[in-house]
Amino acid sequence: MPESYPREIIEDLVDDNLEWDQLHNMMSDFKDADRFQQVRDVLQERVDWDDPIVIPYADHLYVVAKPGDQWIIKCDCGHEFCEHDENWKHDALINVRDTEQEYLEIYPEDMHPHPDYMELREYFCPGCKTLLEVNNVMPGYPIIHEFEPDIETFYTDWIDEPIPSPDSQSV
Amino acid sequence: MSSEEHPSDGAGDEQHSGENFPLMQEEQRKVRTKLQKNEGIGWDGQSLRGQFEDIEEKTDQTGHYAGFEKLSLKDENPIEYEQMFAQLRGELVNARETSKEVAATPIVEQEGELCYGLFTPEGDSIAISTGIIVHIHTMSEAIKYMINHDYEESPGIEPGDIFVNNDTHVGNVHPCDIATLIPIFHDGELIAWAGGVNHVIDTGAVGPGSMNVSQASRFGDGAHYTARKIGEDFEIYNSWKNDFPDKTRTPDFLKLDERTRMTGCLMIRNAVNDLIDDYGIEKFKQLSREAIEDGRRGFRSRIQKTMLPGTYRGASFVDALYEGQDNLSRPYASENHLMHAPSELHVREDGSFQVSFEGANKWGWHPYNCTPAAIQGGIWVMLTQTVIPNKLVNDGAYYSCDFHLPEGSWANTQNTETAHAYAWHFLVSAWAPLWQHLSRGYFSRGFREEINSGNANTSNWLQGGGIDQFGKLHAVNSFEAACEGTGARYVEDGEPHAAAIWNPEGDSGDAEVWEMTEPLPFLGRNVKPNTGGAGRRTGGAGFESMRTVKDVSRWLLYEMGNGYMSSDSGLFGGYPAASGYILNAKDTDLKERFENGEDYPQSDLDPESGEFESNVEADITRRPEGISTPKEFDEYDMYLNYLRGGSGLGDPLEREPEKVVEDIHDGYVLPRHAEDAYAVVVNQVDTEAKHNSAVQGEWELDEEATEKLRAERMKERAEKAKPVSEWLENERVRIQEEDLIEDVKKTYESSMRMSKQFTDFYRTFWDLSDDFRFSLSEDAEKSLENRFKTGMKKKWKNPTKSHETWLGVGRDDEPEVPYTWTSERSIQDLSGPSLSFDQAPRAQATDDD
Repeated sequence: MPESYPREIIEDLVDDNLEWDQLHNMMSDFKDADRFQQVRDVLQERVDWDDPIVIPYADHLYVVAKPGDQWIIKCDCGHEFCEHDENWKHDALINVRDTEQEYLEIYPEDMHPHPDYMELREYFCPGCKTLLEVNNVMPGYPIIHEFEPDIETFYTDWIDEPIPSPDSQSV
Repeated sequence: MSSEEHPSDGAGDEQHSGENFPLMQEEQRKVRTKLQKNEGIGWDGQSLRGQFEDIEEKTDQTGHYAGFEKLSLKDENPIEYEQMFAQLRGELVNARETSKEVAATPIVEQEGELCYGLFTPEGDSIAISTGIIVHIHTMSEAIKYMINHDYEESPGIEPGDIFVNNDTHVGNVHPCDIATLIPIFHDGELIAWAGGVNHVIDTGAVGPGSMNVSQASRFGDGAHYTARKIGEDFEIYNSWKNDFPDKTRTPDFLKLDERTRMTGCLMIRNAVNDLIDDYGIEKFKQLSREAIEDGRRGFRSRIQKTMLPGTYRGASFVDALYEGQDNLSRPYASENHLMHAPSELHVREDGSFQVSFEGANKWGWHPYNCTPAAIQGGIWVMLTQTVIPNKLVNDGAYYSCDFHLPEGSWANTQNTETAHAYAWHFLVSAWAPLWQHLSRGYFSRGFREEINSGNANTSNWLQGGGIDQFGKLHAVNSFEAACEGTGARYVEDGEPHAAAIWNPEGDSGDAEVWEMTEPLPFLGRNVKPNTGGAGRRTGGAGFESMRTVKDVSRWLLYEMGNGYMSSDSGLFGGYPAASGYILNAKDTDLKERFENGEDYPQSDLDPESGEFESNVEADITRRPEGISTPKEFDEYDMYLNYLRGGSGLGDPLEREPEKVVEDIHDGYVLPRHAEDAYAVVVNQVDTEAKHNSAVQGEWELDEEATEKLRAERMKERAEKAKPVSEWLENERVRIQEEDLIEDVKKTYESSMRMSKQFTDFYRTFWDLSDDFRFSLSEDAEKSLENRFKTGMKKKWKNPTKSHETWLGVGRDDEPEVPYTWTSERSIQDLSGPSLSFDQAPRAQATDDD
C-alpha cells in the first residue's frame, strides 16, 4: 500500500483538475500519510506571498508564520486578519440578509427562512471581497468562532515536525 | 450451517415448537442447571450485571475496551481475524437483504429501513449490517437497560427468549422504530445478542402515521414497549400476539415486520453458531472484545491521520411552529418552538472526541425531543459514513466519543413525559454543524475529497391515514424522505436526490409501489430547482412529488419539516439549502379535468410562476411553514411532497459560469437565479427545447456580460458590506433594546435558564449588563416556567456507573464543559428544574393526552 500520492496528483487536487473517478478512488482508498505536507507545499507555491503556511485554515484562508513567533490568519489575496486563535470574522466585512427581498435573490418565494427567525450573515474578505463564510443564525446570535486549531499538539505530537517559521523556510 | 434446522420464528406453528431447535433446548438445560447452582448466565458463572460492571471497570482503568491493551488475535493471526470479522459482517448484511423480502411495507422492502447488529453480552456492538444503522447504538442501550434493571432475575434471559423494545428512553430515537433482540448462548453462557430494527408504518399514536405531530407528550406518541420479553422457546407469547396488533392502524404490516426481524435475528444466531463451529468459542469471545477495541483505536488513528486537534464550533436551529395549529392534543401545546443547538467538538490530542451541546434550550411539549441514545446513535451513524467508512464499524467509535448532553434540554429530556415521535427533526438539524467541524479538520489536513458541507433537513414527511381504497383502516408514511439532496463536497457538487443521512442506502422508492399501499396517486415527480444551497459547489437538489387522494374516506394528511429556518449551513461561503413550505389544494376540479383530458398540475417547480394555480380550480393553501397537524383530505384534493436539498460550499461567484447553464438545463437552478445568486448572465436562445420539466427552452452563457456583472458584484459587495466592528455596535443596541420577536427571545431565555455558561457567554459577547435578561410575554413566561418546573422523571432507575455517559464527560485535566463558554465551565452548575425560578410554580401541565 503506497504511503503517498505523486506530487502531480496532489497539484491536480489543489488545482481542481482531478476527474471524478480519480476523486472517488481517493475517497475509498487509503489515506496518505504525507497529504498535509504535500498540500501545504503546493499551496505555498500557489500563493503570491512568502510567509510560511502553518496550516490551511479554511477556503482562501491560512494560518501563516510571521516574525516574532506570531501566527496570523491570512487570505490568499494577502489580506491579514488576526492572530490564529482569534475570530477572523471580527476583522471581516459583513452583509446581513434579513429581508424577504434579499432572500429572494437566492431562493424562490416560500423557500427561504423567515427574516424574523433567521438571518444570513455573509462575511467577506476586506481585501479581495471573496465571500468566505455564510452563517444562518437567529437574529441576535453571537458571532460563531468556528475553529481554534491546536497547532502545537498537531506539529509536535501528531506529525512530529518543527512548526514552520520565517527563519526555517527555504524559499 | 449449524446443526439446527433452518430458522423459523415458529409463531403459532406447533410443528416448530421445540423439535426444530435442539441446540436451544440443550442450551436451556445447561442454563437452568447453572441457575440452580446460583450461577449467572455471564462468562464463568458471573451474573450479567457483574460482568457488565467488570467490563466498565476494566475499560475505565486501562483506557482500553474491556482492558484489552493487546490485540493478540489480530496481531498473531491477522488473516484469521479479518476472515472472522468479514464472515460476521457478511452474514449480518445477508440477514438484512434476505429478511427484508419478508416485509410488506415499502418502508422496509423499498427503502431498506431495517438493520441488524451483533452485540456482546453487555450490549456493545461487534459488527453491523447496512441500513438504518443509527439503531445499532439504540439497541445497545436497550440491552444495557435490561442488564441494569436485572432482567437476568426477572423476567429472565434464557435461550429461545425474544425481546422487543421501542421505548425512546430505554434505547430508541422514536417509537416507530421497533427492535427485536434475542440472546445467543453457548455452553450455558450468554455469548452475544442478535438485534434487528425496522421502521413501522404506525404505532397507534393519537394521529395516523408513524411519526404523528399533534401530540404534546409521550401519551400521544403511540404504543411504547419497554424492553419487553414477548416470547420464549422462539415462540411468541399469545399475550403479545393478541396485544400489539390492536395498538396500530396497520396490524398486518406490523406482523410481517416482526417476522422480518425474527428471520434476521435467527439467521444471525445461526451465523454465530457456524463461526463457533469453525473457530471455537474462545476465539469468538476474543474476537468480540478485540473488534471493539480495534474499532476504538481505528477511530482515533483515523482522526489523527485526517483532522487537526483543537476546538470546532457551530450552531444550528430549526423551527416547529405550533401557534394556532388545529387538532393539538393539549391547548398548552399551541406555541412556537425553535431548537437551539450549540455544537462544540473538541478533538483531543489522542484523537478522541468530546462533543458538547451546552446551551441547548429546554425540551418542549412537541414530538421532537431527543434522548441520549438518539443523539449518540445519530452522531455515531454520521461518523460511520465519513470518519470510519473503511474501518471496523462498531461501538469502538462510541468509546472514542464523550458527549455532553445537558439534562433537561431537548437533547436529553430525562423526563418520560416528553414526546419523541419525530425526534429526527431536531436531531438531524442539530448534528449539521458536526459535518462542518469534520470538514474544517479535513481541509486543514489537505483531504479535500472528504469535505462535505452538511446534510439535508430530511423532510417533508407525508403522513396520514383513514379508510383506504380497500375500505380498511390504514395509515401511510411515505418514505420518499429517504431520498434527499446531499451537501456540497469540496471537490464536487452535492448528490441530487440521493439519500437521507440516517440511511446511507436510502432511496425514493418506486411510485408504483407506494401507490399499492397508499391511496395517493402520483400526478408527477420531479427534481425541484433551487433546493440545493448556492455555492462554488452547489448542494444536491431535492425533488418533489405531487399527490392526489383517491378512493378514501375520513382521510387525514399532514406535513413535517423545516419552514421558517434552514437547519443546515453552507460552508466556506456556500449558502444553506432552501427551507420548506406547504402546498395543498382542496375542492379541486381534477376529476373534471381528467374526464375532459385537460391539463392538471403535476408539479410546483417554481412557487412564484403561478403555473400550479393556472392549472386547477381549487381552494389552494400556500404557507411558508413546514409543519401542519392532521387535516382532512377528500377525493381529488392535492398535496405537495417536497423533499429537501443539501447546502452549498464556496463563494457562488466562483462557480464556473458554464456549470450554471448546465444547472438550468438540469432543472437545479431557475434561470432568474443565475444572475441573482451566481452573477451569471444567460440568454434564452430557443423557447421550444425542453431539457427537463423545470425549464422550457435553451439557454446560453453570455461570457462578456457575466464577466462584467461579476466585477460589478464585487464592487457592490465593497459598497454594501460594512466592517463587522461597526455592525456589532448596532447589533448590541438592538439586543439591549430587545428588538427581536417573541419566539427568538423565548429561545434565548430558555437557553439562558438551562445554562449559566451560555448566559455568561451571551452577556459577555454583547457586553450586556450582568443581570441582562430578555423580557417575555406572559404566555412565553408561563410556558418556560411550566416546562422547567415539570422537572425530571428518569427512566433508568439503577444504572451502572458508566451508563450516564453525558455526565462527567471531561477528563481530570480538562474542563467538563469545554471551551466555548467563558465562565466557570462546570456542568454541575447546570440548571435543574429548581434552579431557574425563585418563585412558586404555576400550575404545571398535565399529561393526560
